[in-house]
Amino acid sequence: MISGRTRRIVVLHLAIIGLLFVLQFVLPAYHHTNLARIMVLATFAMGYNILFGYTGLMSLGHAMFFAAGMYGAGLCVYYLQFGAGAAFVLGILAGVSLAAVFGLFALRTTGVSFLIVTMMFGQACYLTLLYFNEITLGDQGFTVSGNLQALHQAGVGFAYSDPDVKFNAAWLVFAGALSISTAIAASPIGRVLIAVRVNEERTRLLGYNTFAYKWLALCVSGAIAGAAGAAYALLFSYVGASFASILYSIYPLLWTLLGGAGTTLGPLVGTGVMFYLIDLTSGWTAAYLFIVGGSLLALVLWFPQGLMGAVRARWARWLP
Amino acid sequence: MREVSRRRRLRQHHSLYARPANEMSFGPHLFLAFLEGTVTAFVLALTALGLSLVFGVMRIVNVAHGEFFMLGAVLAWYCTALLGGSPMVGFALALIVAPLLVGAIALAADWLVLKRVDYNPESTIVATIGLLYIVQQLVLTVFGPEARPVEAPIYFRVSFPWFGYSGYKLIVAALSALLLLGTWYALSHTKLGLYMRATQQDYEIAQAFGVPVRRVYATVFALGAMLAAVAGVLIVPVQQAHYLMGLDPLLLSFIVVIIGGLGSLKGTVVAAFVIGISDGMVSVFFSPTLAKILATLLVAAVLVVRPNGLFGDNRT
Amino acid sequence: MKKSEQKPNTKTGDTFKLTRRRALKSGIALTAGGGVAGLTGGYLAGPLAGSVHGQGSDRPIRIGFQVHRTGIGAVYGRWYERTSTAAANYINSIGGIAGRPVEIVPEDDGTDPKRGAEVVEKLAVQHKVDFIYGPLFSHVVIGSAPRAGELKIPYFVVSEGYHVASGKLNRYVFQPGITDVRAQITSISSWVMNNLGKKVTMFFPDYAFGYDHRDYFSAEVKKQGGSIGELLAIPPTESSYTRYFPRIPADTEVLYHVMVGPGVLTFVKEMGEHFGSNRPQIFGFIDSLEGVDIATPGLDFLEGTHLWEAFPRYASSSDTRYSKAFRDAVGVDANGASKDDPKDVATYSHMWGVWETLFVIKEAVEQSGYRSRQDYPALIETLESFEWFNEGMGHPQGGKKFVGALHQCYGKQHISRVANGKLNVVHTTSIDDGMYEPEGDYRTQSL
Repeated sequence: MISGRTRRIVVLHLAIIGLLFVLQFVLPAYHHTNLARIMVLATFAMGYNILFGYTGLMSLGHAMFFAAGMYGAGLCVYYLQFGAGAAFVLGILAGVSLAAVFGLFALRTTGVSFLIVTMMFGQACYLTLLYFNEITLGDQGFTVSGNLQALHQAGVGFAYSDPDVKFNAAWLVFAGALSISTAIAASPIGRVLIAVRVNEERTRLLGYNTFAYKWLALCVSGAIAGAAGAAYALLFSYVGASFASILYSIYPLLWTLLGGAGTTLGPLVGTGVMFYLIDLTSGWTAAYLFIVGGSLLALVLWFPQGLMGAVRARWARWLP
Repeated sequence: MREVSRRRRLRQHHSLYARPANEMSFGPHLFLAFLEGTVTAFVLALTALGLSLVFGVMRIVNVAHGEFFMLGAVLAWYCTALLGGSPMVGFALALIVAPLLVGAIALAADWLVLKRVDYNPESTIVATIGLLYIVQQLVLTVFGPEARPVEAPIYFRVSFPWFGYSGYKLIVAALSALLLLGTWYALSHTKLGLYMRATQQDYEIAQAFGVPVRRVYATVFALGAMLAAVAGVLIVPVQQAHYLMGLDPLLLSFIVVIIGGLGSLKGTVVAAFVIGISDGMVSVFFSPTLAKILATLLVAAVLVVRPNGLFGDNRT
Repeated sequence: MKKSEQKPNTKTGDTFKLTRRRALKSGIALTAGGGVAGLTGGYLAGPLAGSVHGQGSDRPIRIGFQVHRTGIGAVYGRWYERTSTAAANYINSIGGIAGRPVEIVPEDDGTDPKRGAEVVEKLAVQHKVDFIYGPLFSHVVIGSAPRAGELKIPYFVVSEGYHVASGKLNRYVFQPGITDVRAQITSISSWVMNNLGKKVTMFFPDYAFGYDHRDYFSAEVKKQGGSIGELLAIPPTESSYTRYFPRIPADTEVLYHVMVGPGVLTFVKEMGEHFGSNRPQIFGFIDSLEGVDIATPGLDFLEGTHLWEAFPRYASSSDTRYSKAFRDAVGVDANGASKDDPKDVATYSHMWGVWETLFVIKEAVEQSGYRSRQDYPALIETLESFEWFNEGMGHPQGGKKFVGALHQCYGKQHISRVANGKLNVVHTTSIDDGMYEPEGDYRTQSL
């Protein structure tokens, strides 16, 4: 049975994915690549959103999953001359395995304790990347473009430096992640996750194994963040430890809150708005952080549920 | 691959374990680690004190806490540079000006933003990240990006037979202990302290009993910021004032407060010691970065075993 | 699918061909320029692009300046920007580049590799600059370089990292204005070993920058018959260093330090507290104290120790007239601080690289006959054919050897001794002291 709401959700998200696809024919070169970047980073934020927005677990160590994907893919290309496809899959595997193991320990805690445990593991991962610098090349990082062979499909070569290849690869990753997170949000699993967020004790009393659900959410979240990290490494050709630093754990939180936590489209909106806020204001003034900071304050005062959260509350209550 | 093997070859000296036998003998080394750990612990407790209050009473994450600390440090530099002469004078001035100014900023932030979003935890995070950017940019624009050294008001070098140590660091530790005692006294013996404890335990009941909860919140937020500023002033002579210096104290304060258990002053102090001493001791046995990794994981393990912190109650 | 990126390029090319043939009056060229701006849809590029295309051969050479205005590199960025402005003013005062005025288009990268790549994109695609130059921090350079290579825009870094010369970047990346760190280390190593001691303990940040010191200096030590007591990589999250000093072996003759970031002063102070008057010889890279007044209270401990400098911070009677003119043009006093504020100390051993890089660009443009973006191959090949830059207003730090295969220049280095809170040069290396076996050749890559 497909309800009216489900149909609306499917149509809307397909339309968004379609719109993003069409935008590549319309956008000027600069914004074309920007949108590719935004889609990859929004994928990272979508992974974050599954854990934070839906399940209510706030993490400050998500950069480790992004970095796991980034290094998982990047190191394979750099040292083992993997192709992009295999490297991408390995990146996802790296993200999901880290999340699976980490979750067994960290999910014993909740609330702010979970926040701190994620933060400290994240920091430990960052320092580990520096410690094994003979392999990871430390904070300086490495470029993968020299080692990445062009993809040959049906006799046609796709070079990753080609903006169209970049855009469409980023679009595919984004579309995949959006579909997964929408499917989860609209499914019974998603409802259990939301129940965990609202009241974990009560959910457990109803007979759900909340630990398993939280662990599942963390794994999916880690896989999507890993996919984003792998895509970033392959498409933008750089792997470096700065992406594992605490700042890159704060970013997805910020993007998600800005766009609307617990909304499927919030991460995209938040990432896009933040990207252009910095891009535009840094062109006008050296003191652009004033404007960024001020905008965040304004957002909190007038759109406390985030941009998409406000849209949902005012106009479209059916949004997942 | 060539790159890697070259780096490996060049790195063969870089052993996993330190070799204390070659160097300062083990006893003094351990003593230094203990001394350093204790001082670190007091510095941590001092830095975390303000956050502990805010977090404990208001249950909000103030991401700008580190920026209040940084403002204190930068103002200390400004005051001493402005007055010149003996560093004591500028330092004394900074101890008055910095908390007042920072407290005023915090009050304004509370009144303009936090109160209006009803101290919603998520909104508060975004709002205080906004505040963080604004404060950082303010300091960058007004004072510049340089790391500014501040001369200690009282400086002497304590000479042990094996090594020397900064006398001012010991003074900071003592002052930190005093401030902790003062805060404990204020919490347990004053009316404001009573209000704060009541608000912390149950917001609604406290309100029903006539506690002006909103004013308690504003006061606590400002007090927390002022304590952070005082910590910044006191600590800056052993570090430097720099517009990006706020992030590390913020993270450390968080860790201390949560390991200690929410709202427990005693817990905050104990946690500071657990972290300070373990950080110091682990560094005796392992190379610096590995020591940092292990100390970090060790502290995380405390939380995994005791999810509510060392002295936390069962509410999270 | 037609790539929108290429439209403006071809258009731009057409416009210039037309203006060169003088077939069109500037009024028509203006319209064409406006059309280009419209096509690109740039929200900021519009008016700029219009003015650019409107002036025929007087059209300015636009140079994108990727600058660390915020983030950890902001101290360097501030002085890089001052130097860049001074260099552009000077070049414009002597007739510009190939008779065309220079216009610097600055953009902050927040000292972040992610933003760095985005800034390269913005400067190249939206602002349509002719070249990009300026980044210092290695991770930003390595994060940004691939995009510059993909966009095929010459990218001049002023980083002193070994990344360009290692052959790991691409054909569009050059470092023609500052010696790389490997050559710096190699060139000073024998003086340190012969004059300070052969048993060395090294303190360095657990950063790539530190690894270059670790690897290349310890290699030289071993080659020259010395020994390494301990290699201490300090994690970047550290703010107190006291606990690491007991690691220094008692028989250490030379302590080698190179720390970066805001914690460096603490490091030096705590080192002083630890040793007191009974210290080994100490040699450091000025990076530990760039932008910091040597006469700062607490640094008295450094008295009698030695530091590497690329360009002596303190003016001396032996300064060349070019060196004096450079100091004056950038607005630095005899103590290496801003003329407006004696507390505002320059990053003097790095920022001159910005000045010299701009002059290398000038030389390459003029010798290759570069007019617009389609002339990049000629420009790059010209650059790669350079072998030597003469000392002069364009190269106030001194003459430089340039190795086209590595895209890297090599200059002399200095060792200075701290005396009375100032730095006095005690040794100057020759360029050949720093040369090493090349590990790559960019010229084999396609353009």
